[in-house]
Amino acid sequence: MTRSGHRAIAVWLLGLVACVAVIAQTRFTADMSAFMPQRPSATQQLLVEQLREGALSRLLLVGIEGGEPAARAELSKQLAGRLAASPEFAGVQNGDAAALAKDRDLLFSHRYLLSPAVNPGRFTVDGLRRAIGDSIDLLASPAGLMIKSLLPRDPTGEMIELVGALGADHGPASAHGVWMSRDGRRALLMAQTVAPGADTDGQEQALARLRAAFGEVRERLPQAADMRLLVSGTPVFSVDARRTIRGEVERLAIVSGVGIIAVLMLVFRSLPALALGLLPVVSGALAGVAAVSLGFGHVHGLTIGFGTTLIGEAVDYSIYYFVQSREGNDGDWRARFWPTIRLGVLTSLFGFASLLFSGFPGLAQLGLYSMSGLLVAAAVTRFVLPPLRPAGFRPPDATAIGRAVAPLLGGLGRLRWLAFGLAVLAVATLVVQRDRLWNLRLSELSPMSPALLALDESLRGELGAPGQGYLVVVGAPEREAALAAAERVAGRLQVLVDQGVIAGFETPTRFLPSRATQQARRAALPERDELARRLREATAGLPLRAERLAPFLDDVETARSVESQPWLDAEILKGSHLTLAVDAMLLQRQSGWSVLLPLRAPAAGEIDAGRVRAAVADEPGAAFLDVGREANRLYAEYLDEAIVLSLAGFAAIAVLLAVSLRSVRRLLRVMAPLAIAVLLVMAGLALAGERMTLLHLVGLLLTVAVGSNYALFFDKADAAIEPRTLASLVVANITTVIGFGALATSTVPVLHAIGVTVGPGAVLALLLSAMLAGGRAR
Amino acid sequence: MKRSGVLPWLTLLAWPLHVHSAWDVDALMKSLARHEGGRARFVETKTIALLDKPVVSSGELRYQPPARLEKRTLKPKPELMVLDGDTLLLERGKQKFQVRLAEQPEALAFVDSLRGTLSGDRATLEKSYKLRLDGNEQRWTLDLLPNDPRIAAFVLRITFGGANSQVEWIRYLQADGDSSTMTIEPVEAR
Repeated sequence: MTRSGHRAIAVWLLGLVACVAVIAQTRFTADMSAFMPQRPSATQQLLVEQLREGALSRLLLVGIEGGEPAARAELSKQLAGRLAASPEFAGVQNGDAAALAKDRDLLFSHRYLLSPAVNPGRFTVDGLRRAIGDSIDLLASPAGLMIKSLLPRDPTGEMIELVGALGADHGPASAHGVWMSRDGRRALLMAQTVAPGADTDGQEQALARLRAAFGEVRERLPQAADMRLLVSGTPVFSVDARRTIRGEVERLAIVSGVGIIAVLMLVFRSLPALALGLLPVVSGALAGVAAVSLGFGHVHGLTIGFGTTLIGEAVDYSIYYFVQSREGNDGDWRARFWPTIRLGVLTSLFGFASLLFSGFPGLAQLGLYSMSGLLVAAAVTRFVLPPLRPAGFRPPDATAIGRAVAPLLGGLGRLRWLAFGLAVLAVATLVVQRDRLWNLRLSELSPMSPALLALDESLRGELGAPGQGYLVVVGAPEREAALAAAERVAGRLQVLVDQGVIAGFETPTRFLPSRATQQARRAALPERDELARRLREATAGLPLRAERLAPFLDDVETARSVESQPWLDAEILKGSHLTLAVDAMLLQRQSGWSVLLPLRAPAAGEIDAGRVRAAVADEPGAAFLDVGREANRLYAEYLDEAIVLSLAGFAAIAVLLAVSLRSVRRLLRVMAPLAIAVLLVMAGLALAGERMTLLHLVGLLLTVAVGSNYALFFDKADAAIEPRTLASLVVANITTVIGFGALATSTVPVLHAIGVTVGPGAVLALLLSAMLAGGRAR
Repeated sequence: MKRSGVLPWLTLLAWPLHVHSAWDVDALMKSLARHEGGRARFVETKTIALLDKPVVSSGELRYQPPARLEKRTLKPKPELMVLDGDTLLLERGKQKFQVRLAEQPEALAFVDSLRGTLSGDRATLEKSYKLRLDGNEQRWTLDLLPNDPRIAAFVLRITFGGANSQVEWIRYLQADGDSSTMTIEPVEAR
């Protein structure tokens, strides 16, 4: 072994250790925000933050089925108790009547700071007379039963204002003191994880805690043996996605690994050579993950999934080396074949470099991963394999394979016209199908099973939990300013409710008014003697005598001073369910505070976005967001961007080849098979009714990357391609098809997309290269 | 002495009824069940300890046997209460409340007292109440005494009074001593 060989091995080993060290520290995620833009506009930023950290990303929807309703309710209560006490959960709601009563008490004791009806006019003689008169009228109604006991303390009916604002007409059904589905078969809970959406590990832990707690409670309750736990919500999606991807990656790695190893064994007939042959792949994969981890701070599960695809291309390098080289004559291989391989590697790098510029972190990760993976795999093949090559190893003569295949490819060479004919047909197909080529829905990238989605929909419906829906967003540098802005917007939205444009809205200021508003309300409360005087005057002629209202005077007196009633703040709300609502709608962000006001669409259908926008137009920084549409629009934008980038990648490859081949004819000979292969794959997908996503596009890029090697070898063989070279190409092609064919069977849409594109694409690239090489195979 | 004097009289009063038409709870229920529904005016008087004088409200009732009852209050404040199947809807000004009765057994029992009587559904009534009938076919009163303590916690007794198949008044006696009486006067259907 030469000195440079030793050095290469030492560098390689150090590199591997460094990669493993980096990977050991790496955080792996699986949330969909990887497919959200990096440099977004303000609203997009908010959308991404919502997906990564927002209340929705932390909300678990829980159902309990089976057993008797009463036992189910008991289980729900005990489960809620356990979850509330566990550090993984920020809050739990199950509609427990006792907990709701606590919330009501909190509202009642702070009613003079909370009620929107509190203003100076409310406590004048006239205002009091009107409010008390209304309360007396309400006693005549069936609803009067609810307020009769409160009347001495709350004759002006502030609590009615608050309860009305709570919107008693929506929210889950309940039975036996807890939330229960309408049909009574499921007890329902909502739980909020502490871990945000981007922290898949934390959410997985919370889910495990939930399942464990359910198991323990079920164990202890006598009639709970056949009860089942149903869980949905974004955390479940993230965790499940990661598990699915992990499982798929393992399965695919095993399937394609076994297939590829079998092929390599057949060709190499040597275990050491086989082991060596896999070194570039393994090194490349490790380097890829480490590079992404260093470059992005975390690695998306899909990037790892993509790792299996790298096997398909990186293994080609060692096949080229072992099949093309002869023992003791590495110099010959380096001189005759390496330049072609190097150009192929460069071509791939140019192609993938375009992905680095993608606004989607997910795609940029794929780009960096592929580039560093391929570079390292090629370098290991070039510098590490030769010195490690076992002495006396002679790969079995693969020229036999080459000779066997040569006539077939030779025959293909006479079908040049067929290649162009197919290309024309493909273009025609694409033109006809142009409106159905692309899938513009972000959800298509989600690896969720339909069963999980159906469960989510049913639990969401029963719980009345917010979907993605519609939001008005306001922001300000300070919390108080943000709340004040939200109060102004709420006033506008109330007008829309009255006009029927929206059915309703939520705002955190219902439970946490801005300090200014609290101040104004407190200032509207008269001092005790004055209030007593006005009360006597106001109740003259009413059937309710002022003497009976002493508790009212006491309560107002309490509410007047900060000493006896502190300002309502997040601290006071803590521990109640109101805090969950406030937390979900009031967000601290890097740039300040944002308030989200979710809107409810009218029963008749959709919200008129134009009218909502117009209503909040004069509030600076307020924006209306149709989350579902916005996400899809965003995705469509980035799909457009990815198309442009892919074309740029293709162009970069063309320039690279033009510069290195220095011949238009040769350039065309190399590019034409690749371009036609891409067209045929696209046309095939269109005919099969499969709409392309971002990941199909990546697959096409990979097709060009893999296929360029074939085309270059055919091009390099100036006169006729050698059987040895041909054999290496055929074997490389078979392993590629095995690797990507396995991917095509995946249930994870992203992996499937790549497999279904590259598998056929690689075969086509090889065949077309042979066709267009013009029958020069011997 | 006094007691022994009254009882025979009562027996005497009851005697002819039993002979002629077998007037009892079943007979009343049958008679009520024949009622075809329709419109009526009501006046409701609530006597509340907190207030110096009763609160009076009035409006219109519509009954569609067996499950839908609409109470439209016109005075003092317009209000609409609709009881349909197992939902109770209350609309007052801009505010709207909807209660799903199935979730609230107490409220359901309370509502069933009204609906069960109007539709002559003895089985439903006896799920939650003990029944006591007085009077005769032309002038009867039916007492409903809750046997569920959760209902008794807010209503001690519900009394219906009427003639033949027509309920003419309903009186609620609440656990805190407050009471309300609603008188009902049918509006002749054409």
